[in-house]
Amino acid sequence: MSSAAAKRRKAAVRQSRRNAGPPKKIKAKGIWSIGDRIGVVVAWVSGLLLCIIAASITLFMGWKGIQYVTWDVVSNSPVASLEQAKTGGFLDPIIGTLLLTILGGLIATPVGVAVALWLTEYGRPSPLARFVEAGVEVIAGTPSIVLAIFGLLIYQQGFMAPFSFTAVGGEVFGRSFFAAGAAMSLIALPFVVGGTREGLNSIPKHIREASYALGKDKASTIRRVLLPSARRGIATGSTLGIARIAGDTAVVVVLLGASLQISPEGTIPGLDVLRGTGSTLTSYVFVNSPAGEGNAPEKAYAAAFVLLMIVIVLNLVVSRLTKKGQHVWG
Amino acid sequence: MGVSPDQQKWASNASPPNGLAEDVVPPLRRIVVGQEVPPIRVGDGFGFEENGQPEGEPAWGHGSEPTPEWVRESMRTEGLTIAFGKKEAVKDVSLPVNTGEVLALIGPSGCGKTTLLRSLNKLVDLTPTARRSGRILLDGEDVDLFDDTQLRRRVGMLFQQPNPFPMNIFDNIAYGLRERGTKRPRRKELEPLVVDALERAGLWDEVSDNLDHPALSLSGGQQQRLCIARSLAVHPEVLLLDEPCSALDPISTTIIEETVVGLKDEMAIVIVTHNLQQAERVADQVGFMYLGDLVEYGAAEQVFNAPMAERTKDYVRGDFG
Repeated sequence: MSSAAAKRRKAAVRQSRRNAGPPKKIKAKGIWSIGDRIGVVVAWVSGLLLCIIAASITLFMGWKGIQYVTWDVVSNSPVASLEQAKTGGFLDPIIGTLLLTILGGLIATPVGVAVALWLTEYGRPSPLARFVEAGVEVIAGTPSIVLAIFGLLIYQQGFMAPFSFTAVGGEVFGRSFFAAGAAMSLIALPFVVGGTREGLNSIPKHIREASYALGKDKASTIRRVLLPSARRGIATGSTLGIARIAGDTAVVVVLLGASLQISPEGTIPGLDVLRGTGSTLTSYVFVNSPAGEGNAPEKAYAAAFVLLMIVIVLNLVVSRLTKKGQHVWG
Repeated sequence: MGVSPDQQKWASNASPPNGLAEDVVPPLRRIVVGQEVPPIRVGDGFGFEENGQPEGEPAWGHGSEPTPEWVRESMRTEGLTIAFGKKEAVKDVSLPVNTGEVLALIGPSGCGKTTLLRSLNKLVDLTPTARRSGRILLDGEDVDLFDDTQLRRRVGMLFQQPNPFPMNIFDNIAYGLRERGTKRPRRKELEPLVVDALERAGLWDEVSDNLDHPALSLSGGQQQRLCIARSLAVHPEVLLLDEPCSALDPISTTIIEETVVGLKDEMAIVIVTHNLQQAERVADQVGFMYLGDLVEYGAAEQVFNAPMAERTKDYVRGDFG
């Protein structure tokens, strides 16, 4: 490139600057069109409104809940009664919620991680991968009541008797923690798959190559490098899924029986509870709210508060745990 | 083939300081496209015995400073062509890679130098559309005869971005040492190997107290040296470097370059770089690539000071790139 050409270009730039005169001050106002300004206002208002709604839910439930949450209500089992003062507490629904989230999470996490790993790291043949993706989306889009009815269909089969509440005559009800947990795992599954895929996709290609370049095969790379790197995504997905499990009512009503107390089935300790029916905080809130038949609104508020707390604590714990594993790729 | 500056220097010297006779000073190998690559045998023309052992003090070196080295062929490509789909990224490239030397691959972006580098440890094979023809030899054996994992243990690689794994420093180095399928070696057994690798990469003094710290807490330059140590831990015969300093500051770059030059006695080193000054600083041999062709191959001093091909001349002068 000749320097003469560069000189000519510089001279042209100088000339055009001279023609333009002194630089004008840009007015701040009047640049944005009416539509843009309305858009900005809408964005601000929506954001603030969401904050207000979130704050009012927490504050309202906190205010209502704290009034009624006592040691008695969280440590006693519910009792059937028409008088609110005699309905006991909601220990069983708390245990039910915890059991169901653990059970659902235990099923959904490994399956979801496996699906995500296959989709991200293998994904061949690609028509099959697309089919699996579509399947996950269908499950994600299916209302939980539909999943529950489908679960009932399966768990009412005679061969499912070992996993279900059964009548004296051998009739299989299709209701148990097993049944509800399995259906709940389907609710959590898409979240686990999504979170894990996001985690895996955020790992740069050269990290995988670095492992291969050390003479490692795919299995070691996945186990020792990719999964640890994606643990934040896995934890996020699992938490989101577990929160969904804790918040679902339809599956509880259909597949867990929403019975007042946990009613074990069988004689094997531990297993009997899982084969039996029970309730969760969600079904308890529903049944005892003014809308339900229990008509114990104070208990409903207290239970709703506890449920909210469980979900918030769950989120905090996981975000703490995953912060350790947070890292920025170069 | 003209007389190289080195030869002239040696020729004017009545008794070369290394004691080698004048006639064993080898002509600098150089390749211009279209010419056949001269076969290079172990000890060929270097005044070495056939078993590759140096005669007396090994003191012959390219460039101005005669560094002691033991040059011997480690890898070579023969008519290597790599295509992605229909696009040929590397066309019919034949070149040797020698232990005791740093080979720099230079050329404008997209000229195929990185593809060529990545083919040497078959990392290119991970790209589904990649097709390869021609041969790649490691110690005279076709690399296709090896298992990929075996080959990659012998041919290590360093990437453009420092990419330690999200584990602690110790585990990063030990990662390559832990074999699959066998019983996991205990930390005590691995410790000497890890320390050795860190020492060779010049990182030991900086991390000796915190081997349990996460590797990602190190600085960029330290991370890159950790990656070098990680490769060295498995004792590779060839080390491939893909623009290893492009993400680093000048001081880290200098340290990495010194480390790399210090390693060339033990292994063959191939470096891809956009930085011509870097190539001049570290390289003994230089291959200039353009549009997939190996346009010129020869001693660094010659390629930079007296290139034979027009393209090379233009490139090293900085007219394009």
